[in-house]
Parts: sequence; C-alpha cells; structure tokens
Amino acid sequence: MPPAVRLRAAVALTGRFPALAGADLIVERGEVVVVQGPNGAGKTTLLRFCAGLLVPSSGEASVLGYDLYRERQEVRRRVGLLGHSSFLYDDLSVDENMRFAARAARVPVGDIDDAAQMMGLGGRLQRTAVGRLSAGQRRRAALAVLVARRPELWLLDEPHASLDAAARSLLGDLVVAAAAGGASVLLVSHEPEASLELATRVVTMAGGRVVPADRVVPADRVVPAEMGSGANVA
Amino acid sequence: MWRDALLVAGKDLRIELRSRVVLNQVLPFGVLVLVLFALALGPGRSTLLQAAPGLFWVAVLFSSVLAVQRSFAIEATDGTRDGLRLAGLEPAGVFLGKAAAVAVQLAALEIVLGAGVVFLYGAGVRSLWGVTGACLLATLGLAASGTIYGALAVGLEVRETLLPFLLLPVVAPVLLAGTRAWQAALSTGAGSAGSLHGAGFLGGAGFLGGGDPWIGLLAVFAAVYLSLGVLVFGSIEEAA
Repeated sequence: MPPAVRLRAAVALTGRFPALAGADLIVERGEVVVVQGPNGAGKTTLLRFCAGLLVPSSGEASVLGYDLYRERQEVRRRVGLLGHSSFLYDDLSVDENMRFAARAARVPVGDIDDAAQMMGLGGRLQRTAVGRLSAGQRRRAALAVLVARRPELWLLDEPHASLDAAARSLLGDLVVAAAAGGASVLLVSHEPEASLELATRVVTMAGGRVVPADRVVPADRVVPAEMGSGANVA
Repeated sequence: MWRDALLVAGKDLRIELRSRVVLNQVLPFGVLVLVLFALALGPGRSTLLQAAPGLFWVAVLFSSVLAVQRSFAIEATDGTRDGLRLAGLEPAGVFLGKAAAVAVQLAALEIVLGAGVVFLYGAGVRSLWGVTGACLLATLGLAASGTIYGALAVGLEVRETLLPFLLLPVVAPVLLAGTRAWQAALSTGAGSAGSLHGAGFLGGAGFLGGGDPWIGLLAVFAAVYLSLGVLVFGSIEEAA
C-alpha cells in the first residue's frame, strides 16, 4: 500500500510566491504527524497541497497513491480538510451539510445521526441552520462533516481553535480512532500541549520546506521571535 | 456526472428556498424593469405590444445576471468554494447542477414576467408551443453561459461589476432570437410569421408560431454552451 503522503522536492506557487519550496515528506498509513513551525512557514499550504487544492509546480507529489498532478479529483474525494474556514453553507442545517458532504464523497449517510450526536450536535441543533450556530458549534459541525465523509487522510489545520475542553478531548479521541482504523492524520497546531500527545511523529516546517529532523533545535533552545527568526531551525 | 448534478442542484435550490434571495430581490427587480419600461414607453397600447417581447427578454437577461451572481455568491462564504472542490464531485456534474438550479429559478421568473407581459401589456398568445419552446431553450442557454462566466468571474474582487460586462454581450443572441421567436408566437401586431424567414415547423406559421429559425438558434446556443460548460468547467474552477 503506498504511503498516505509522499512529497519529494514538491513546489507549489501561490501567485508567483513559492509557498511550498521543495518540501520532502512521507506520511505512512495510520501515522499521526504533527506539523510545527512559525507563521508563514508553509504549514497551511502543505495541508491545502495534500488536499489537492494546489497544483504542484515541480517535484514529485502523491497522496494515497494518487498523483497530485493528474489525479487531484481522486485525492479530494478521499481526504478531509478542516481548515480555518468551515466549508459549510450557512443556509443549510448541520444535517443537510453533513448529508451533502457524505453523498458527494460517495459514502453511506446512515451514520450521520450518530456522528452529529457524537459531536454534541444531535436533536434540535442537527436541524439548525449553520448560520445560527456559535463559532464553537460551527467548528463542531465542520468536524462532524469530516467524520461523515470518512476520509482516508485527515488534514487538520489548528483543529483546537474555538473548541471547548470537552470538544478538544473528543477531537483527540477522533484522531486516535481514525489512526487506529488505518487513516492517516496530518495535524498543524500551535498548541503543543493539545497536539503532541496525539502525535506518532512531529515535523517542523520553515520557509516552505520540511526541516530535516537532525536540523531541528529542541524547543528549550529556540531563540525568541523578537531576537531572531522565530524558527526553531539550526 | 448526473448524480453529482442532482446533488448540486438540490443543494443550490434548497439554499434558495431558505434565503429567498431570488424570490425577494431578483423577481421584484424583473417586474420593476417591465413596469418601468411600460412607464417610459407611455400609455399607447400598440407601442407596448410591439415592444413587449423585447422588454420581456431584456428583463429576463438582467435578472439572469443577478441569479448567476447569487449562484456563485453562495460559494463565496466561509470557504464553501474550496469545500465544493474538496467534495470530490465531477466538475461537469457541478456545472450541470449549478446551471440546472439557475435554470429552474429563471423558469419561475419567466412565468411571472410572461404573465406580466400578457396582463400588463395586453399581449395575446398565438402559439403556446412557440412561447414555451423559446423560454425553455433560452433558459438553458442563459443558465449554461451564465454558469461558465460566473465561474470565470467568481475569484475576482470586481466580480459584481465584471460579470454583466462579460455575460451580456455573450447572451445577445438569446435576446435577439428570444425576441423574434416571441414576436412570432405572441399577438403583438409586429413581426408576423412571414417576416421571419421561416416556413414554420408544420408549414405556414406552424405550431411554433413561425419562429422556428429563431428557436433553432436558441437551441444551438444552449447546446453549444452546455457542451462547453461540461468540457471546460473543471479547468475554469482549477484556474480561478
């Protein structure tokens, strides 16, 4: 079985700027990889790239065995991205958003009620328009959609943002369960206390590249941002 | 592809049922255009009758720009456009679904505006087939071309002002053919069947009212833009 993510010198441009500037990364099936790095390091770009939302400019790039040059449609159908945006339609209810996402991904809709219930969005909330939900409830709804899609690769960008303690704990359970079920997880987070306990591996990004493990400086030796670059790279 | 089209069309129409933007804003706009033209042309019944088909299609064209803008505005909030791309749907299915939803809304609009032309301007219907055939094909053409140009404009900051500039010249053939087909199919005192270069579908004026060549043009326009959308919508979405 091919790795969940396989990047070799992968470059992706946003405009003319190389947001991903020769990234090398392999994520095996069932791995939970936490991506760290300063702002602008390319972490969000890495997730969008792996989701098939960006076209590679050069290098080798495949996700779940599908080539990111030619088979992005297949990739999109099989990954789940929780980004800064919720990707939800305000005028549709939580239930309708979940059903739309599940049907689009060609997965059964039978488990939707359970998924909504699990995310604390059962009953009346499940039938409430997303536009009427609080920020935390929207985040829960976006997670519920992700669960309903049953992705083979979870791409989580700051997943703990806006979530309360109970939802953070639930998110941790979901990540562990997904990995146990064979799915892979690529998690970007600025909250090490919440994310590192889930990780089977931690990688660091800087300047659009994944920094080799032997060049990563331990956190207690990082130069404060106001005194240096802020990147914990040797 | 058809399954994805149904899914997207159902989603867009459900959103419209909830938000009622087309019902509460686009429809009154179309009716207002008809009324304002009637006011501008004065109370002379013959002038109104002669102008009725053209005014109807101008109102439909302006309204279709708003309907297309609305169709892509719902994909512009909270990352839903990326969400739609991430959904893994066939691009051709997304195109057909969005075009179908716009077409349904335009068809509903045309029924109301058509009733307005009949009751407000006093136009009579000579050929119901001609009227409905022209509406059906023009609606498909407008929805298909509008969806293509809406997708082209959606990523731009100036999309609201750019879309009419892009779309209205392109749909000029619909205005021309729709107007001529309706002149033939309505009792407006203008554009008799004999002036339309057409012998009629069944000979003479025919059951399309004599507007066959124009309805044929509408069919070609719809077929071209539906085919084009199916072929290029994915590339447009990737590039935008």
